[in-house]
Amino acid sequence: MSAKPKPKVGVFKFASCDGCQLSLLSAEDELLTIAGKIDIAYFLEATSRIDEGPYDIALVEGSITTPTDALRIRDIRQRSKFLITIGACATAGGIQALRNWADHDEFVRAVYARPEYIETLATSTPIAEHVPVDFELRGCPINRHQLVEVIVSLVAGRKPKTPSHSVCLDCKRRGTVCITVAQGIPCLGPVTQSGCGAICPSYDRGCYGCFGPAKQCNTGSLCQQLLADGTPAPELVQLLRNYNGYAPEFRQQSEQLETQA
Amino acid sequence: MNSTPPSLFLARSNLQLLIDRLAEQGFEVIGPTISQAAIVYDRISSVSDLPQGWTDRQAPGEYRLERRDDDQLFGYVVGPHSWKRYLFPPLTTLTTADLTTNGWQMRAADDNPPKYAFLGVRACELAAIRVQDKVFLEGAYVDPVYQRRRQNAFIVAVNCTQAASTCFCTSMETGPRCRSGFDLALTELFDGFEVEVGTPAGAELLRQLPTTSIAEQQLADAEQRRQQAVDQITRKLDTEGIRDLLLTRLNHPRWEEVGQRCLSCTNCTMVCPTCFCSSVEEVSDLEGQHSERERRWDSCFNLDFSYVSGGPVRRDIRSRYRQWLTHKLASWIDQFGSSGCVGCGRCITWCPVGIDITEEVAALRKEAP
Repeated sequence: MSAKPKPKVGVFKFASCDGCQLSLLSAEDELLTIAGKIDIAYFLEATSRIDEGPYDIALVEGSITTPTDALRIRDIRQRSKFLITIGACATAGGIQALRNWADHDEFVRAVYARPEYIETLATSTPIAEHVPVDFELRGCPINRHQLVEVIVSLVAGRKPKTPSHSVCLDCKRRGTVCITVAQGIPCLGPVTQSGCGAICPSYDRGCYGCFGPAKQCNTGSLCQQLLADGTPAPELVQLLRNYNGYAPEFRQQSEQLETQA
Repeated sequence: MNSTPPSLFLARSNLQLLIDRLAEQGFEVIGPTISQAAIVYDRISSVSDLPQGWTDRQAPGEYRLERRDDDQLFGYVVGPHSWKRYLFPPLTTLTTADLTTNGWQMRAADDNPPKYAFLGVRACELAAIRVQDKVFLEGAYVDPVYQRRRQNAFIVAVNCTQAASTCFCTSMETGPRCRSGFDLALTELFDGFEVEVGTPAGAELLRQLPTTSIAEQQLADAEQRRQQAVDQITRKLDTEGIRDLLLTRLNHPRWEEVGQRCLSCTNCTMVCPTCFCSSVEEVSDLEGQHSERERRWDSCFNLDFSYVSGGPVRRDIRSRYRQWLTHKLASWIDQFGSSGCVGCGRCITWCPVGIDITEEVAALRKEAP
């Protein structure tokens, strides 16, 4: 069985907070076992070893926000067999995609003493807008158990088991009472993909969509109901424009709410 | 049981003894208690755990706790939880498998559930337990997980003395009066309970409690309170010929309309006391030496639930809502001999967008324009 070579894995960072890569290092109970199953060829946060590839698996964190990165992701794609995005930045553009609705140049002028040194794109976009992506692992941050599942399944040659149902199902399984129905708290749970284990509603806090839109989510119907129940449109826009605000289903809805308001 | 013993009176001050006797006999007592801004079913040990002086106000997509102007212990209707949580747990390990030198060794997972005593089971919930009994115990295959929990369960039912706006048990002929399926049934009076006996086990427990015979006036009072629940039920679901009606209206435009509203979020199926769908998954360790077969609550509203080779069968929300409603009210009859709906109204209250099953059926009854 040991004749099979270990898959070569590279971990790459784009515009992001590093939290998703850290999830791999935080997987303390599983880390040694995983390290024994893969060959970590490129992972600057963990090792100074730099292997130029090609890689069997590329884990890509972060969004594309600079012209250099837009070229670098193409290069990584060419050297990788499976490309997996990890986290909301790589999958949907991240919180930094808020710039997509604002004046980018004005931001640069306001933040940096010497704006002329800054070379960025006007938008923050997901990896899939630049290169083909084989698998997207959602979350802000990703769930480390799901990351372990993805790695182990790839090593074993099977499809990863990452559920695509709503957060509501997890609330119900764990016995959390619906905070929208019982307390009138706006919550994106019905339209958000599972993955976090439904943490926020168990603390009387509405889901803010860390894992992005659930499959075939009906964001329009949910927002109509929340509006009718008294949540003002600008508040809903803010609720939708968080870490996955630029994901198509949330983006479309928040833009529609903005034109209504 | 033709010789039903006459009902007795249990003073409110002695209700604690009922809980104590059950606990002494090794039961884990589950009853209504306030948590997370709702009346849920959880472990209780004292009368003080009960929602004394509280009630629930319910409407499509809305549930609110409110103070009562008296100190009734059971003066509410039904909440977000049902007894299904205890009889059919949301997560169960079914089997385990270990890789040994002689290959995979499989065995049934350890399962030693507590002996449950349920306090405060409503008539619609007794009906729901009967429905799940049929599903899990009376078919070709018996579900051992359900069976182990169900066979030892002691049921203290409580008759409703009020109804929510979402209740329609009278349409489904399941309530509000508890008629069978309980060990004991209580009707809450001002200073105590009328207690009816349903089984020899119930009679035996009642013998251990300080009861008195019940006065004519108390019986009349109990009847009046139960009638109040009947009178408060305004919602109706017309079940006349419903099976044929629904199964011949599969292309009615109403499905498209409700599909536009439905979030496909699974809330209705999770709160439904009869919905029993689950998925089974193998969960292995990193080394591939140990594997557990886990069963989790699942829902026909999930796109992946109908996934077969080539893709999901029910590809849009319209078809998934139609599947749920036609199964619940029509094909359930073919499958299990009764409706899958008990009229508790949970799916109406706990739908985040307030979709009302009774309204949908009424719309489907009208010929398409």
